[in-house]
Amino acid sequence: MTLLDAIRLALTQIRVQKLKSFFTLLGVTIGVMFLIAVVSIVNGMSKYVEVDFAQKFLGVNTFTLRRFPDFNGGNVTSETWKEWQRRPLITVEDAEAVRNALPEGTHWAINDMTWGNPSTQYRNGGPQSLVAAVSAEYFFIKNLDVERGRVFTEQEEMVGAPVVVIGKETAETYFPNLDPLGREIRLEGLPFRVIGVLEKQGSTFGMSMDRQVIGPFHSALKRVTKSRRGLYGVMVQGNTVVIEQDAQEAAREVMRRRHHLRPAEPDDFFFETSESALSGWQSIKQVLVVGGIVLPAIGLVVGAIVIMNIMLVAVADRTREIGIRKALGAKRRDILAQFLVEAATLSFFGAILGIGLGFGLSAMIKAWSPLPSTVALWSIGVSCVLGAGVGIIAGIYPASRAARLDPILALRSE
Amino acid sequence: MSVIEQGVAMSTTAERKAVTGLPGAVPSSDWVIVTRGITRNYDMGGEVVHALRGVELAVRRNEYVAIMGPSGSGKSTLMNLIGCLDTPTAGEYWLNGVLVSRMADDELARIRNREIGFVFQTFNLLPRASALHNVELPLVYAGVASAERKARAKEALERVQLGDRMDHRPNELSGGQRQRVAIARALVNRPAILLADEPTGNLDSTTSEEIMRVFEELSTGGQTVIMVTHEPDIASHARRVVVLRDGRISSDEPRDVFVASLNARA
Repeated sequence: MTLLDAIRLALTQIRVQKLKSFFTLLGVTIGVMFLIAVVSIVNGMSKYVEVDFAQKFLGVNTFTLRRFPDFNGGNVTSETWKEWQRRPLITVEDAEAVRNALPEGTHWAINDMTWGNPSTQYRNGGPQSLVAAVSAEYFFIKNLDVERGRVFTEQEEMVGAPVVVIGKETAETYFPNLDPLGREIRLEGLPFRVIGVLEKQGSTFGMSMDRQVIGPFHSALKRVTKSRRGLYGVMVQGNTVVIEQDAQEAAREVMRRRHHLRPAEPDDFFFETSESALSGWQSIKQVLVVGGIVLPAIGLVVGAIVIMNIMLVAVADRTREIGIRKALGAKRRDILAQFLVEAATLSFFGAILGIGLGFGLSAMIKAWSPLPSTVALWSIGVSCVLGAGVGIIAGIYPASRAARLDPILALRSE
Repeated sequence: MSVIEQGVAMSTTAERKAVTGLPGAVPSSDWVIVTRGITRNYDMGGEVVHALRGVELAVRRNEYVAIMGPSGSGKSTLMNLIGCLDTPTAGEYWLNGVLVSRMADDELARIRNREIGFVFQTFNLLPRASALHNVELPLVYAGVASAERKARAKEALERVQLGDRMDHRPNELSGGQRQRVAIARALVNRPAILLADEPTGNLDSTTSEEIMRVFEELSTGGQTVIMVTHEPDIASHARRVVVLRDGRISSDEPRDVFVASLNARA
């Protein structure tokens, strides 16, 4: 008997007993549905965090020299926190010393960031915005482009021209139905002229990246960001990963010297990279992935047990059929194949159904919750293989019982 | 019985004795079945039951043999052995020149598929499959491709006058029609022997006669037929009647002799 014959036979069997087949494959369906849904959430979040967040927020091949980590995954002990608070501030002098030590092929920018409340003559008060006093290369490092107008030049930054580039949402909020270019926006009463509007950035973790005001570091904006009380950070980007690593080592040397650290003492500063920021995320992801394996696994185990039971019943019900088939020349492996293929086909159908439902669930999650969710193609493949695999494993015992039946006794059964 | 018929279809007792008496010797090709001293014991919870106690049987190609005997005589056991559903405890069984008595399960399955066409008392058709599919079944296990399978199954059904009932399921057919489907299924692989186990046991007398006519035609057409029955009227359709008693052959005679002795007893 060929595989095709066996599959055809299995399909007939399933068609004859539609309802029973449906209940049989429910377990597998639910398992696969969860698999697809959980994987799509993890997948969606990974893509979101690793691409959107890490690259947009922190930059590619970039580190930020900071006093202590900003993205710390939330699990910081109070001792660590106290140690962080005792660390020296990162100063403009530090930033410049680092710049002087950087190798070729790097970009450097002070990034002094805080939260602020801009105002204009058109609107006073509104949601908090990100206010950043930065060096000119900041736009290059973060790959920020303007939609309208321009970014400020190095000269403007050096002389501290009171100009700013604003986010798209800031433009819409503070200059309703107006062209913001050339108009004034105030921060803590200090006036700045808008020279550019950034392209739409979207949001990261519910935080809009389109509500921001970016101005030259040497302008009055550094008073708003309180730069004298330490900088948020100094960003350094390497053209390649290797250059970035070299730059980090150079910066480390400079900082250790400036802080008079002895060789045995640990660093009292931190290089924040997308990897370090994502270490917290990686542990969250692990939990999600484990959940993504355990939940479907429970479904699949239940599914396998149900299929095994149903197949055992099927073997008992069809003992005479097995006897007839054996009398007519079916070998053990023909009977084995018949029941294995039947179990696998059944289970495979369950998987297909589960994939459909998983797509639906994933779409629902995307529509009704803030969780991003994208179905991973590999999870479909895995589901199909798992579906058929569960069927085969669940079918082995019933099928081998069927295959071992004595034809004489089987023919005599009612 | 004509002299010619007797000469072609029947073998003399002496000849059969010669064939069954030589352990290990390969029988010549006109002998379809040769058993040499086969025994079959069953272990029934510690107690050994001797179902067959040394059966010597030789059947030539194109014979039409009835195996009779009261219940408990071992005729079902003998049928299972001849049908390669079981193997003897001791002794040799040659089917179509091949020693099958020591074969393993899967080899026996192959032999059943190629050499034996079963016809059962209870028909044993697959209830959910059409007549055509039921007849196709042995070809499925012989590995015949789908198109050829259909063609040959159709041909076999036409031979038993069921060409117009191919798509009917067993429950849509009469008892006689069902048995004819079973006969078509038995013949579709062109087996060496047609092995019928009480083929009329579930049929009324008119239908029984109809089935016996089919057997008669098949026999005339050259098919070797072995029929196990406990009914003397049915057995008397065969050309040779073997009677079993207590696991041994108690008589083995041409039909005419058997019928004459039946009449004498009556």
